[in-house]
Amino acid sequence: MKHTIKCKPVMEGVGEGDVLYTEQPISFYGGVDAKTGVIVEKGHELEGKCIARKVLVFPHGKGSTVGSYVIYALKKYGKAPAAIVNEETETIIATGAILAEIPCVENVDISLLKNAKRVRVDAFRGEIIILE
Amino acid sequence: MYLTKEEEKMLNGEYGSAVARCMKLLVKLGEKFGAEKMITVSSAQIAGISYKNIGDAGVEFLEEFAKKGAKVRVTAFMNPAGMDLEKWKELGINEEFAKNQMRIINALKKMGVVASATCTPYLTGLLPRFREHIAWSESSAVIFANSVIGARTNREGGPSALTAAITGRTPYYGMHLDENRKADFIVKIETSLEDATDFSALAYAVCRHVKKGIPYFKGIESANVDELKALGASLAAYGAMAMFHIEKITPEAENACENTKEKISITQEDIKNAYEEMSGKLEEVDAIAVGCPHASIEELKKLVLLLHGKKLRIPLFVFTSKTVKSVAERAGYVEKLEKANAKILTDTCPVVMPIEELGIEKLAVNSGKATFYLASSGKIVVFEKIEKLIERFCEGA
Repeated sequence: MKHTIKCKPVMEGVGEGDVLYTEQPISFYGGVDAKTGVIVEKGHELEGKCIARKVLVFPHGKGSTVGSYVIYALKKYGKAPAAIVNEETETIIATGAILAEIPCVENVDISLLKNAKRVRVDAFRGEIIILE
Repeated sequence: MYLTKEEEKMLNGEYGSAVARCMKLLVKLGEKFGAEKMITVSSAQIAGISYKNIGDAGVEFLEEFAKKGAKVRVTAFMNPAGMDLEKWKELGINEEFAKNQMRIINALKKMGVVASATCTPYLTGLLPRFREHIAWSESSAVIFANSVIGARTNREGGPSALTAAITGRTPYYGMHLDENRKADFIVKIETSLEDATDFSALAYAVCRHVKKGIPYFKGIESANVDELKALGASLAAYGAMAMFHIEKITPEAENACENTKEKISITQEDIKNAYEEMSGKLEEVDAIAVGCPHASIEELKKLVLLLHGKKLRIPLFVFTSKTVKSVAERAGYVEKLEKANAKILTDTCPVVMPIEELGIEKLAVNSGKATFYLASSGKIVVFEKIEKLIERFCEGA
């Protein structure tokens, strides 16, 4: 069943992929391995999961501003998410997504995506389309 | 968001892809924070310099950006690095770390950033005037510039300060606007404050009550630059604050608290408790570290007087800028300090240096900011006035 959620674009682009969902904030610096795309933060509910080519859904970033560089590095190593969906994209995530040109949207009630399997994020139009 | 013709040109790639990327980032951040336009900045100051902090991701980003031909448009200074850029070998920093650290410094130099490697740009030749717009990212320098000088900057991140340096612009929002520079709460000081370490403890005591906003201090009779530097650094660390006012001392204090109702009081008891809570209980430490933020010439002079005729049992690391060190050499301070077992280090600090690799686990400091960051990285820290530390760790004591 197709279902569309409105959102606010932070970085334009279109990204489609399987949903990786968490209600916990993510620190890219120290929390994600740039070379493998694996979440390594101890105790994080996504610990051990790979974010590469996924639509990564999380409330907002946390931790050091160096996180922006890590997002950029993920892109360089081909391990970037297909798109980022946030409740609030604060400066760390926004900076990383813009520098790395990763489609990114905010102002989303992320709980609506909790059970979604696959989505397309259209950050030109400000829409998330639930595909599965 | 309104952009001038020049800003449109930058955004459209007429100055190359790196400049376009930077402008795009600033426009996006500006839209996000509701900025109507860009504002020209006179200088930038870039944090995130130590290899210990930014790692390989940072090295690669900066090198790639430099390769794309990005160049700064305004004077830009950099924050401390992970090592003394000259004396790293004798400090015990390993070759691999040093190599990566120099890649960061060289990439930034290629873009035209000055290898100042200090958290105190305002003491070392980068001094904005009252009401001047700047884009700085070192949190202690941001709060000093806003509060003590009356210049205007948001708390930038490393990348946003770098993009501001490259475009000479920053989005016009937050601390750049008059209306956001008023006090949010009043702090009534009901005790006397003796030195910069007391001002660090004051900041801690304030942040126990309030963790954000702009405090307005009443009842501080006098405060020198070193004390204001320490107060700001600790407010920025414990409370993520960007500005403070002190009645009759800081330049924008007048009329800053007309509509402010919330009030807290700080007593002698609060300051005493702050020392108790901040300081770890240790009999012995591996070293003493002072100069967080980087020591001023006055602070070095005070150390010389305190150490006259004494010798410490443990090393005393004195962190300062290259600029202040060269003045201290001329004044004869460096020689005198070294005689007392002090080591003067430049370009780095206890927070961004890989001290654990140098075998230092337990440190004694006189700075609230150093206490905050070292404690949050799991180190045990003694927080105390420098007089007491010298007394405690002197030979024969």
